[in-house]
Amino acid sequence: MICRIDVFPKFKVSSPRISSLIKDLGFKKQIEVYTRKVFLIDSDISLKDLDRLAKELLIDPILEDYTISQGILQPSAGSQEILITFNPGVCDSVALSFEKALKDLNLNPKTTRTARFYEFRGLTPAEIKSCAAKVLFNPLIEHIVEYDKVKDIQNLDEFSGSSYNFDLITIDILSADDERLQAISRQGCLSLSLDEMRIIKAYFQNQKRNPTDCELETIATLWSEHCAHKTFRGIIDYREEDKEGKVIKKETIDSLLKTTLMKATNEIAHKDCVSVFHDNSGVVKFDDNNNICFKVETHNHPSSLEPYGGAATGIGGVIRDILGTGCSARPFASIDVFCFSPWHISYKELPEGLLHPKRIIKGVVKGVRDYGNRMGIPTVAGSVIFDQRYLGNPLVYCGTLGIIPSEKSNKRTKPGDLVFLAGAKTGRDGIHGATFSSKELDEQTVGLTSAVQIGNPIEEKKLTEAILRARDKDLFTAITDCGAGGISSAITELAQGHGVEVDLEKVPLKYTGLSYTEIWISESQERMVFFSSQENLDELKKIFQEEDVDLTVVGKVRDSKSLILRYQGNKVCELELDFIFNLPKLRKEAVWVIKDEVDYKLKEKHDYSFDLKSLLGAPNIASKDWILREYDHEVQAGSVVKSLAGIENLAANDASVVRPDLKSPKCVAIGLGINPFYSDIDAYHMSALAIDEALRNVVSAGGRLEKTFILDNFSWGSPAQARTLGSLVRAAKACYDFATYYKTPFISGKDSLYNEYIVADKHISIPGTLLISAVSVIDDWQKVMTADFKQQGNLIYIVGFTKPELGASEYFRLNNLKQGIVPKVDRDKAKKIFSALSKAIGSDLIESCHDLSEGGLSVAVAEMCISSDLGASIFLGEVPAETSILGYEILFSESATRFVIEVKKENKDKLEHVLRGLDYGLIGCISQDKKLTVFNKEQKEIISLKVDDLRNSWLDTFEEFRK
Amino acid sequence: MKPNVLIVRTAGTNCDKETEFAFNSAGARTSLRHINYIKEKNDFSDYQIIAIPGGFSYGDDLGAGKIMSLEFIYWLKESLSKFIEKGGLMIGICNGFQIMVKTGILPDLDFKQKVTLTDNDSGRFEDRWVYLSTKERTGEKKVKSIWLKDMPQLISLPVAHGEGKFYANNSILDKIEANGQAVLRYVDRESKLAGYPLNPNGSLNNIAGICDISGRVLGLMPHPERCIFKHHSPLWQGQKSEGYGLRFFINAVGFFK
Repeated sequence: MICRIDVFPKFKVSSPRISSLIKDLGFKKQIEVYTRKVFLIDSDISLKDLDRLAKELLIDPILEDYTISQGILQPSAGSQEILITFNPGVCDSVALSFEKALKDLNLNPKTTRTARFYEFRGLTPAEIKSCAAKVLFNPLIEHIVEYDKVKDIQNLDEFSGSSYNFDLITIDILSADDERLQAISRQGCLSLSLDEMRIIKAYFQNQKRNPTDCELETIATLWSEHCAHKTFRGIIDYREEDKEGKVIKKETIDSLLKTTLMKATNEIAHKDCVSVFHDNSGVVKFDDNNNICFKVETHNHPSSLEPYGGAATGIGGVIRDILGTGCSARPFASIDVFCFSPWHISYKELPEGLLHPKRIIKGVVKGVRDYGNRMGIPTVAGSVIFDQRYLGNPLVYCGTLGIIPSEKSNKRTKPGDLVFLAGAKTGRDGIHGATFSSKELDEQTVGLTSAVQIGNPIEEKKLTEAILRARDKDLFTAITDCGAGGISSAITELAQGHGVEVDLEKVPLKYTGLSYTEIWISESQERMVFFSSQENLDELKKIFQEEDVDLTVVGKVRDSKSLILRYQGNKVCELELDFIFNLPKLRKEAVWVIKDEVDYKLKEKHDYSFDLKSLLGAPNIASKDWILREYDHEVQAGSVVKSLAGIENLAANDASVVRPDLKSPKCVAIGLGINPFYSDIDAYHMSALAIDEALRNVVSAGGRLEKTFILDNFSWGSPAQARTLGSLVRAAKACYDFATYYKTPFISGKDSLYNEYIVADKHISIPGTLLISAVSVIDDWQKVMTADFKQQGNLIYIVGFTKPELGASEYFRLNNLKQGIVPKVDRDKAKKIFSALSKAIGSDLIESCHDLSEGGLSVAVAEMCISSDLGASIFLGEVPAETSILGYEILFSESATRFVIEVKKENKDKLEHVLRGLDYGLIGCISQDKKLTVFNKEQKEIISLKVDDLRNSWLDTFEEFRK
Repeated sequence: MKPNVLIVRTAGTNCDKETEFAFNSAGARTSLRHINYIKEKNDFSDYQIIAIPGGFSYGDDLGAGKIMSLEFIYWLKESLSKFIEKGGLMIGICNGFQIMVKTGILPDLDFKQKVTLTDNDSGRFEDRWVYLSTKERTGEKKVKSIWLKDMPQLISLPVAHGEGKFYANNSILDKIEANGQAVLRYVDRESKLAGYPLNPNGSLNNIAGICDISGRVLGLMPHPERCIFKHHSPLWQGQKSEGYGLRFFINAVGFFK
């Protein structure tokens, strides 16, 4: 019998949040919306018991009330009501918790399910339906329950249940011609090229048989762009052309990864690198007992379709990368970086099939919040970039850092080990996720619903605790996460070098009906695979049971060099590992057309106060407190420098500093560099500037280059376009040139390609977007540095040289100028500046330090004023710069490697001694009044603003997101 | 005597390790145990202090702290009553406070929910620092909470929650006030009752924490365990003051000396 329990507030109040979302769609009339939580239970539980459980379990007796009824829907008077529930197979975490609680009460339901009930006043049924899909639910994961269709349903299983009878499927490729091969790839959603299909055909010709569906899927997964990084590991025919198309330079690159990023790391050969580029994250030394590891992932495609679930599973996935590093690390901090479209676009202008940017922004932030907060991992730093080209392709970068005992930083596997699968049950979630992310999005892929998932953070939290307990007792020797490709890639990659057998029917399922192939490639979240010996079985079971986590032995490591899968004793896959792991190298063409940079001068103005206020309010610069506050950035109690500090003030810092181990005074600074706009001029310099920014961040917090490690995350358009790939090559080359020079090795990286969207036959590609994340180990937390001014009367210096470099700068973009010279990093000078600053901070000569980034000098000083509620007087004539430079250029130039520092008068000489030989200028002091005043070279006042005005401009932009 | 602290955790608890660290720093012995283990033993006689740390027990999927509170009611009622009656100390921080309120451990131990902690007025989870007053209102009966001994009248601590609005009907609220059980309130830096954001959730009477009549049982939304080191405080550079979070734990340990 199906019963329905509705939970609602005792005092009925219309939801202002939902009403305002609906009004955003253009409704002018008065709208009221009342919501209820709905629980559907299929059980033999008596009405009396249901009443008890509703009272004891489902309501807050102080504020809520409930009704119980039989059936899914009550016949309702008007139809101004809708009930929304998850689609079959989508994770309903509240229902899982509900079932757990019912068991505590000794009640055992067959199935439960949750739904949301909305009652409207002021809208017609048709209006309700149309706005519900826009703002209340996402059809990819949820649907409106239709009374007609469900009134006869006898049990909730009918929503999702189906049965499965084994039937081995083989695909005839031996007799397939090229056309047929391509059709097989396309229809199966395999994303395999014709060349690859031919190689697969040849392999099976040798085997004298056709492949099973499972074998083809396995190959497609392990050869996918997502798992194998075919572009970065393939062969690229690269050339540089001048404007007339004359080839200036030609080069064949055999693996962009090995010739740039990994090459830099190999040449630097940093003594603190422990495990780089081969595990799930990069591992470096922290202290004598522990190492730290860092990984940043993107989750772009899923976030564009289902922002909340996409972002949540993004952060969930990168956390598992940390758990799956070595013999498991404990995650201690997360970062996130988003690229969105500006949100002031009307629903009418929005292309068909796309979600509104406002919905994407809110969904993504909420997704990271709900997952990260529930995991108890502080989200400590981030960045948000706005550009129209991210409309169809928002970018979501999620990163996590972990700490791991030194002796557990590597994996050991041996034949005879048992293969354990731990965590959530397996469902039909995310089938084809790996191959899906290797395709461009179009209206058709948007319909591929099963590639979208939402996560269950509590499942992952339980899994984390169980795994770390097992780790501390040395109960396993190798572990990896189930990400793209699910257990197929996890088990196969972990068993690489030996061989493995898996019995697929042993995998615990969420519901019946999955075929052997679906079990193998499902991407259900919150699962990990580890290898251990038989003798640890009992102890492992005990730990996992206490933590309420499923643990199943699904296979065994063999010395067979092959992958063998069985389902109920039937062999469904037998592939040689050598074949799977030696995928063919793709060959691609790349071209870079050299562009002339055109300088551009604006007419000088008498006053730049308005310009500065506009810059502070520019979305890329304006305060992101509304995001950061929603993240628990202090859990685990390691916070040393917060991105935003202050109780009443908002003090913005360049880097976040965290102590991963409260018993050690050591801490780590985390910096982020990203500025895709420079890519529009030259991806090489964009890349150099991203590295510069990330390093500036950690250095201004007290980090030193010698203890700094970096990560690369490329999000690019389609590598099938030679010019797009050409800019990617340029960017990667800069990574090599600068990392090698600074001796800051890359320890991990990831690429996300095909970030393009086709709408009305037009390709929209994102700008080449490289995120550089830096982590720096600092010996003593007492030596860190912050960016808020400390004391009235202290001196203000600028360090670094200012050039009229405003190409793609915030100021030029604010003025809609496409011309200009892009900033160039002088790596020789930069290295010296970084080192001098580290020395000055280490010798306690500096009171505050802030790097110059978007908006240049004016914005940096303004932020330091806002942070401290102190004013400053600044004299542009003292800024080291070219003599012909104009006032606004000094104010807004984004020249690289520059800092503003605050120095006590008594430390003036000592500081200048440390900075000797470098470009620096004593540009002003912290003033008595709470005002920022800037004088130009002629000593004329060109900016005069109260600190409160600066702050208001900085805060106003996102006011609607704080509501 | 070095008191022995039981720190209770379950699926979704996430402030357990720093709470343990805070008790250790204050000189206590600790054992950090899963509720499934505690349920098996069903005996608190080895402990002098019980702490329920913050987090999202069972995801707070059926309301903050709800499922965990049922586990206390169903499995641990008798042993917990015995523990408190015999003079044990108890603290619930954030989710722990929500659990204690929903179990009916606070404001009085009778396993009936009388007050609640509900959705913040802002409708969102928020992590921010707040000022707290530890001063009793004049003319009230004074409950002296052991946990707040020698605390200055104005302290600051971080809050991080989505469901922290203290709510009760008038008669209950009046009783809590009359007894002086509202021992922590959100205020401004002049110790005056403050509005949003310094009262981060819209709590009635600005209540951030309450204790029982004996003063031995305390529940609070702010996180004292996140204010142990100088570097925890916002803008700690250039400031002299230490955080007062550690004092809570030192007071509890000192009670058994």
